[in-house]
Amino acid sequence: MYDLIVIGGGPAGLAAACSAWDNGLRSILIVERDRELGGILNQCIHNGFGLTRFKEELTGPEYAHRFVELLSRTGVEARTDTMVLEVTLDLRVHMTGPETGYRVEEAKSVILAMGCRERTRGAIGIPGTRPAGVFTAGAAQRYVNVEGWLPGRRVVILGSGDIGLIMARRMTMEGAKVLACVEVMPYSGGLTRNIVQCLEDFDIPLYLSHTVTDIRGGDRVEQVVVSRVDENRRPIPGTEMLFDCDTLLLSVGLIPENELSERAGVEIDPRTKGPAVYENMETSLPGVFSCGNVTHVHDLVDFVSAESERAGAAAARFVLNGPAAGEPIALQNGFGVSYTVPQRVRPGNVEKAFNVFFRVNRNFGKSEIVVSRGETDLCRFKRDRLAPGEMENITVPVKLLEGASGPITVAVREV
Amino acid sequence: MRELVCIVCPRGCHMKVDDELNVSGNFCPRGASYAKAELTHPTRVVTSTVRIKGARYPRCPVKTAAPVPKERVGDVMAEIAKVEISAPVRVGDTVIEDVCGTGAAVVATRELT
Repeated sequence: MYDLIVIGGGPAGLAAACSAWDNGLRSILIVERDRELGGILNQCIHNGFGLTRFKEELTGPEYAHRFVELLSRTGVEARTDTMVLEVTLDLRVHMTGPETGYRVEEAKSVILAMGCRERTRGAIGIPGTRPAGVFTAGAAQRYVNVEGWLPGRRVVILGSGDIGLIMARRMTMEGAKVLACVEVMPYSGGLTRNIVQCLEDFDIPLYLSHTVTDIRGGDRVEQVVVSRVDENRRPIPGTEMLFDCDTLLLSVGLIPENELSERAGVEIDPRTKGPAVYENMETSLPGVFSCGNVTHVHDLVDFVSAESERAGAAAARFVLNGPAAGEPIALQNGFGVSYTVPQRVRPGNVEKAFNVFFRVNRNFGKSEIVVSRGETDLCRFKRDRLAPGEMENITVPVKLLEGASGPITVAVREV
Repeated sequence: MRELVCIVCPRGCHMKVDDELNVSGNFCPRGASYAKAELTHPTRVVTSTVRIKGARYPRCPVKTAAPVPKERVGDVMAEIAKVEISAPVRVGDTVIEDVCGTGAAVVATRELT
């Protein structure tokens, strides 16, 4: 029996396993479905990773390499090319791979670190014909950066998620013409710095409050129609723009990949589409933890690593010291907030302070983030601006919770 | 007065730079040096891939080990496109020593065997 089985060998799984080892667990297994560790970082060849974690500007493969190196100094076992099929309530992990065949491994704790996947054309229902040339941005990224194929010459990008922005620059630098980036919301979904260095640097226009309303072409994309949308995101007739192109890239959001979690009976938060977690990243199932993009979609891998290190430490504590104690307090969305992670806090399990990660549901100027419990304001955090594309993080001292009752609310107050 | 968004880190500070190159709005000193460089001699780290023989995948990711002048990025890309290397390669291995006379090396960013 393993102390810990980590499902997924991307940045979340690697950091969680290293941290569990550092916190005293000695029999740890990582199960990874790809042929090597590192996950999606291996195809993110641009730089800008690791400024928080390593105080250096690294590319994705380099960031992954750092963690693989750290892992190699531990006794953690990694099984690649192996797919987890099921996790059961009694913490048996069913898996299959070409070398080991079908195996069932038992564990004292499990960390869910399966990451997320991209929304596709089907998920957003774009009308039109079904020609070749419609890719998710991440698929195009793999073709260009790993396989060495340029998937198109004249490109329109739908959605302003970070991967789409990064691919706008990458395909331009490889000789393609990126005609436009089209975003249905009135604000960008990606980081401001990516708008600047990937679109503005290359004079690629960004059409906010616009969407693709038709895809035309037989065997291959020949044209896409872009229309302006009203405040309810409905296309406005008469605003159509035609783009002659051979490729449409979709960067329209990421969905945590929770089939295994759901089947195991883990409670899923409909806001994050990931497991609802306590302050230590434990899910509704005791001994099952969740971290990284399977829990909520992050902007930055540095924060994935930090969160996963907390999950690894918590799994170690669970195995070595037993279950966490304390009555949970729920966290809820206040004005302007679309979700919080964690969803529940057990003050008895917090030493000094706990972190709350959340996103706002629109752009805000100078604001205060107000944390309250019942009628009592607990603390405030000042921000110059808030944007949905940028995850927020606050640290709440646990002793502030004393003397108030009811759920904790996180809200935005524009000042 | 120029306004620009810092691209050094994901924080993305909105900065203002006056005619004497005094920077405001930056959270850290890296922002100030980025802003000054951006208005005098902008530079970028170039990331791309090179062909690789005998490895698990046909492309190996690379980067310039130092930022290169922004106006030379196209030349650097063209030079990188000419290169083919052979496996095995380790992170940090030099692929081009001094690319286009910029003084920057192009190095591998992934271990491939």
